[in-house]
Amino acid sequence: MKDFAALFTTIDQTTKTSLKTRALAAFFRTASDEDKLWTIALFSGRRPKRAVTTTQLREWAAEVSGIPLWLLEESYPIVGDLAETIALVLPSPGRESDLPLTHWITELKSLSTLDIGARKTRILDAWDQLDPTERFLFNKLITGGFRIGVSQKLMTRALAQATDQDEPSLAHRLMGGWTPETTSYHALIEAEDTQADESRPYPFYLAYQLDGEPQDLGAPADWQAEWKWDGIRGQVILRGGMHHVWSRGEELMTDRFPEFARLTDFLSDGLVLDGEIVAWEGTQPFPFNTLQARIGRKTVPKKLLKAAPVILLAYDLLEHEGEDLRHTPLHHRRARLDALLRDLPADAPVKAAPPLSFDTWEALAQIRATARDHRAEGLMLKRLDSPYLAGRKKGDWWKWKLDPLTVDAVMIYAQQGHGRRANLFTDFTFAVWDGNDLVPFTKAYSGLTDEEFRKITAWVRKNTQQRFGPVRQVTPHHVFEIAFEGIHASPRHKSGIALRFPRMSRWRHDKPLQEANTLADLKDLLETYG
Amino acid sequence: MTNQVLTFTDRGIYCPAGDFHIDPWRPVDRALITHGHADHARPGHRRYLCTDACAPVMRHRLGDISVETVKFGETRKIGDASVSFHPAGHLPGSAQIRVEVAGEVWVASGDYKIVPDGMSEPFEPVPCHSFITECTFGLPVFKWDDQDDVARELNAWWARNAAEGRASILGAYALGKAQRLLAMIDPEIGPILTHGAVENTNAVLRNQGYRLPDTIHVTPDITPKDHPGALIIAPPSALGSQWARRFGPASTAFASGWMRLRGVRRRRAADRGFVISDHADWNGLMQAITETKAENIYATHGYTDIFARWLNSEGYNAQVVPTEFGGEDDEAETP
Repeated sequence: MKDFAALFTTIDQTTKTSLKTRALAAFFRTASDEDKLWTIALFSGRRPKRAVTTTQLREWAAEVSGIPLWLLEESYPIVGDLAETIALVLPSPGRESDLPLTHWITELKSLSTLDIGARKTRILDAWDQLDPTERFLFNKLITGGFRIGVSQKLMTRALAQATDQDEPSLAHRLMGGWTPETTSYHALIEAEDTQADESRPYPFYLAYQLDGEPQDLGAPADWQAEWKWDGIRGQVILRGGMHHVWSRGEELMTDRFPEFARLTDFLSDGLVLDGEIVAWEGTQPFPFNTLQARIGRKTVPKKLLKAAPVILLAYDLLEHEGEDLRHTPLHHRRARLDALLRDLPADAPVKAAPPLSFDTWEALAQIRATARDHRAEGLMLKRLDSPYLAGRKKGDWWKWKLDPLTVDAVMIYAQQGHGRRANLFTDFTFAVWDGNDLVPFTKAYSGLTDEEFRKITAWVRKNTQQRFGPVRQVTPHHVFEIAFEGIHASPRHKSGIALRFPRMSRWRHDKPLQEANTLADLKDLLETYG
Repeated sequence: MTNQVLTFTDRGIYCPAGDFHIDPWRPVDRALITHGHADHARPGHRRYLCTDACAPVMRHRLGDISVETVKFGETRKIGDASVSFHPAGHLPGSAQIRVEVAGEVWVASGDYKIVPDGMSEPFEPVPCHSFITECTFGLPVFKWDDQDDVARELNAWWARNAAEGRASILGAYALGKAQRLLAMIDPEIGPILTHGAVENTNAVLRNQGYRLPDTIHVTPDITPKDHPGALIIAPPSALGSQWARRFGPASTAFASGWMRLRGVRRRRAADRGFVISDHADWNGLMQAITETKAENIYATHGYTDIFARWLNSEGYNAQVVPTEFGGEDDEAETP
């Protein structure tokens, strides 16, 4: 694993994407096919099945390090990463080895057939022959979430450099339901792509937030506008007599949304639709929390299916009659999409997302202002002659969201962050006034600069009133403006409300504690926008 | 309760028998100072007492102050207390302070490390009944590699940057860490440039007889182009500033015990982080505590709650000392 550890070290020691890509490409040129395949798997969010629990790992690590478990537990939030904490507390290894990455993954997979005592022996044996960096990576293989500053996009680019293939087609090869157990490096990357996995989606085209004014985009006639729905971005695929539903996070969600099984009754094979999966009330989407009830369920009870039926609001046609249409202009794809969906029955689980007609940007701005009435977050702007690109690209697609709602709230609890934010207080709970009481109503983690996080961290340390494990109750003092995209009633929360995408938009140094908003203010917002 | 030779007040550590404070954070009549870092040597006291090795830096930093000095190991009677200063190994001139009253011995460690660094007077274990220990790095995840190994990494980084036409900018606390690094690096690799804050301290220490390699003070009339392949040593705050941009293409690094943590390393967004600290690591703290043979341990400066709980589970009578300044892990201040 020394070559993989060296790769990690190089990547970890730089903040420059070009250097990371170069290092990873060099690795792809020299590593064995097995190691390459697993590296691709790890950096695309796949990992070996977990053979030991993190609780067991903690206990064993404390034991061999000669420290009590609580001491390891106390160190964890300060380090901010369990795999790293364990790698750092363990005593120096007793011997050296240089077995390949795939060996260790195979070793981890083989544990599942062993009893717990044997698993422990094998893990301790591994720790005893790995240096601290290798241990960290080995532990990461177990604890999961292999996030070490390499995105799938960066990995794909490095692989493209190493194999002389073009990036979008590689991205397409890497999508779908493959695992290192069910394919080989050759089949995945090198073989002719004729036997493409029929369930495979196309890489999603992602939009940036519009940072200026729409006037900067040029003539309105060159653009199409749609509502930006607050649902789940998804591709629905009909191929080989089957249907498949993929989320933007490349999760196969076919079983969660059985509604789409009926699509094969209306539409023919060789079809890929891109759109937003929403819970549908008949004429408009339900609020997002209705859909939320569906997201967590892998199998859906009948009652829920009835209470929160989903449809796809389709806005793009990526494949039709087996032909990849992504290179054709949007107006062409859109016309074919409309023709295809026009004559479907009203209860079909797919509808063409209605385009919005406008002549001027000013007129569109007025339409945008009504987005919340349509249960939308704002608008999507798409250039009419644009192809369907892969990944997040600037230029042809833009999100033009509504300004968020805001409240001023008091910080009452603080907790340290993880990873890059370890050792800083970054996770906060906020409250509003209910008479003389402060009622917690949301958490927020983002929106401040590193400098502001450092400041608030120093303040939290000096103003801690009480500790509950990693959570600190602090003196109510600081007021923050909390921005959010939506507000819903929630019986699970003490305040009775839940926010969508809350974040800290401003540190209100200017605002005294007493002038923070009240629970009554929140209830008014719920009344208006919920 | 044992005889309270030292007590903990809102001004800092206080000795009733001798009517003096140790490293106080509010103005007092008489302050005994362990070392010259800003969170220990504060301005505004009427009289200062420190080691003769520490005094020049204190004068440099605090200006016109009334300082009395003692040698390491020399005993001084103050009121009913006998006081002596012993090397803490934290930086040149740094001391632990031993206070004895009626046969009861307390030691205030200040900041310390037990491994010799080639610059500071090496740490000396001082047997006592009660030991006030810092615990900046009092968690079992903090363990330091051998200084020679880190020196090799540091020199390899510099040499590679020099060979590839980049400057090497190293962020380190101006007093102590910067000079220790100067003693670790190989001056044969190239020229060494220093930020004013570092160079001023160098001058004070050179004047005292501490040996440092030749350095070039970066002043407005220095042209970085004339010093290709240089190593530039500057306070952490100078990295990423306008000041640092004059050196052109550069690799940046920090030298600190915090670099042991990947999260901190990444947050600092430097190219490299060298794990080198002037504080004791986990094993060093435990070794120091064992060697004092003290039964009562007072934990201050650092992960005090966790460290005291650990010591109690190990059979010590340990307590947390509240400190008003120098939070748990103030990265800017703690080298």
